[in-house]
Amino acid sequence: MNIHEYQAKDILRAAGVPIPPGEIAKTPEEAEAIAKKLGGMVVVKAQVHAGGRGKAGGVKLAKTPAEAKEIASKILGMQIKGLTVYTVLVTAAADIASEAYVGVILDRATKKPVFMVSPAGGIDIEEVAASTPEKILKLPVDTRYGLQPYQASELGFFLFDDVKKVRAASKIMMALYATFMKNGCSLAEINPLVVTPEGEVVALDAKMSIDDNELERHPELEALRDETAEEPSEVEARKANLTFIKLEGNVGCVVNGAGLAMATMDLVKYYGGEPANFLDIGGSSNPEKVVNALRIITEDPSVKVILFNIFGGITRTDDVANGIVTATKANPLKIPIVIRLTGTNEEIAMKILSENGFSASSDMDEAVMKAVELAKGGKAA
Amino acid sequence: MSIFIDNSTKLVVQGITGRDGSFHTKQMIEYGTKVVAGVTPGKGGQMFEGTVPIFNTVHEAVKATGANTSVIYVPPIFAADAIMEAADAKIAFIVAITEGVPVLDMTRVYPFVKEKGARLLGPNCPGLITPGQSKVGIIPGRICTPGNIGVVSRSGTLTYEVVYQLTRAGMGQSTCVGIGGDPINGTNFIDCLAAFEKDPNTLAVAMMGEIGGTDEQDAAEFVKKHMKKPVVGFIAGQTAPPGRRMGHAGAIISGSAGTAAEKLEAFEHAGIGIARRPIDFVAQLKARM
Repeated sequence: MNIHEYQAKDILRAAGVPIPPGEIAKTPEEAEAIAKKLGGMVVVKAQVHAGGRGKAGGVKLAKTPAEAKEIASKILGMQIKGLTVYTVLVTAAADIASEAYVGVILDRATKKPVFMVSPAGGIDIEEVAASTPEKILKLPVDTRYGLQPYQASELGFFLFDDVKKVRAASKIMMALYATFMKNGCSLAEINPLVVTPEGEVVALDAKMSIDDNELERHPELEALRDETAEEPSEVEARKANLTFIKLEGNVGCVVNGAGLAMATMDLVKYYGGEPANFLDIGGSSNPEKVVNALRIITEDPSVKVILFNIFGGITRTDDVANGIVTATKANPLKIPIVIRLTGTNEEIAMKILSENGFSASSDMDEAVMKAVELAKGGKAA
Repeated sequence: MSIFIDNSTKLVVQGITGRDGSFHTKQMIEYGTKVVAGVTPGKGGQMFEGTVPIFNTVHEAVKATGANTSVIYVPPIFAADAIMEAADAKIAFIVAITEGVPVLDMTRVYPFVKEKGARLLGPNCPGLITPGQSKVGIIPGRICTPGNIGVVSRSGTLTYEVVYQLTRAGMGQSTCVGIGGDPINGTNFIDCLAAFEKDPNTLAVAMMGEIGGTDEQDAAEFVKKHMKKPVVGFIAGQTAPPGRRMGHAGAIISGSAGTAAEKLEAFEHAGIGIARRPIDFVAQLKARM
């Protein structure tokens, strides 16, 4: 789960990271009032879960409260990478002498959180990694011991020469690590970490992603979730305990298991079709999940055909068949459905389906080909 | 022969009285797995289905029954502790089925298990099966048949799909292993490939990877350098949109974006046969054996 910049800053500020003061506004008038309160120059920043906000015009400097109001009126409602801006952060502007990058990422290869720091901050860290990798220091941390002060100091010395700044940076590293661990992050990033002309080290932007598996023991973080920042169908799917990602195609897919769901999408493409979504109903046997899955998929007007691909292991195929029958009785389908199911209780499932006027196949390739043909407007055999 | 489990496997089930644990324990016993003990704190002294003794701790279970393998069905936030308990009780092979284990928990568990000298499979995996001998986890027994193909996969149901296609084509399996899809897991592709290379009963390997990380690229490197047996590979997620699950920053560390194209290229480079569709495993394996 991603959280907004202002939320990440609140958490980091509480952990002791120096961050210029700021508040959020949902209207231009609120933005003006915050700018007046802060005094001096402010930055108005769009709060959306997307990178490249600056390039998209979602981050602007304002010299006066009136200008802050005018800028906020332009940014609020703006679209950035398909996401509407509903909130802006109005924060005191800082003068910048130099910029650095500091991040902690959970790394698969070392199986540890890895610190990544670079004196070449402010710009796209991926560009730095590609063009000047020697400007990045990576340091894996053993979570059984935590980040040690000498390691934080090593990171600080990679960024600065002046020992006062090194100490300030090391303190920020320790706070960032503590925040990362305490909140179950998969990523925590300060970019840029700036030095002001007065020599103060402050964080001007922050980004945090929380491991979804941690949310059960962190209800306070779950409460930070902003549903307006997500695709509505994906919010609905999450509430129904389904993993769903909307795509551009027209073959609606309902599959059990993430690997098979991806393989099904790939097979749709292989036979010349385009998948409309990734949808994993998971491993449990619950007809209700099938009902919800069908509702979410049929809400998308671009879907021309529904393809079920179920390999029953833990999932009982008769539960899926019952779900299909229940859902379509309540809301008759306006588009064709192609069903493939095999595995646990397959015979019972086939009987349920045929008694209710559905046909089903036990072969994956056959079902996918049929669905692709129907999506193209052709007649299925 | 086989890898990791066979008919000498003596299994303890952690979380045996839970909904998933009890259901799958019955299935494993039915398949012929020697389930010697169960663990549920507070239910020590009771019997599961009248046949399997239940203990309060893994230490007690090992002492009383000589269990050498454990399977874990406890809820996600207790899984790390259960894995460490098993390793501490000198269980040699630990299979964690639980899905949704916090990844940071695994950063502590992984080095602990390693220091204890145990092998961990999972978490978030379907377990493994040596057809005709033993099954540990949740892979449906009836889709498998004894034979000479080693199967290793990051996915659950996709493994079933491929195993089902192999069985339908008359190609049996030596052992089928699901390593799980979590970012930090115990056993990886290379561990399984190395074991299959050594196993005299395995003649070829079917490997199913997916997008994300660099495990498949590392596996391809291993195949090229250390394997004589033929390997056929598949990558799920060729049509998946980029950047939906992991931030790009993770890719900087590994130096790879983890795309399907990258992985398939690594396979090709290592002489691994490529299955474009699950069904292609049959022809690709036959052509190489």
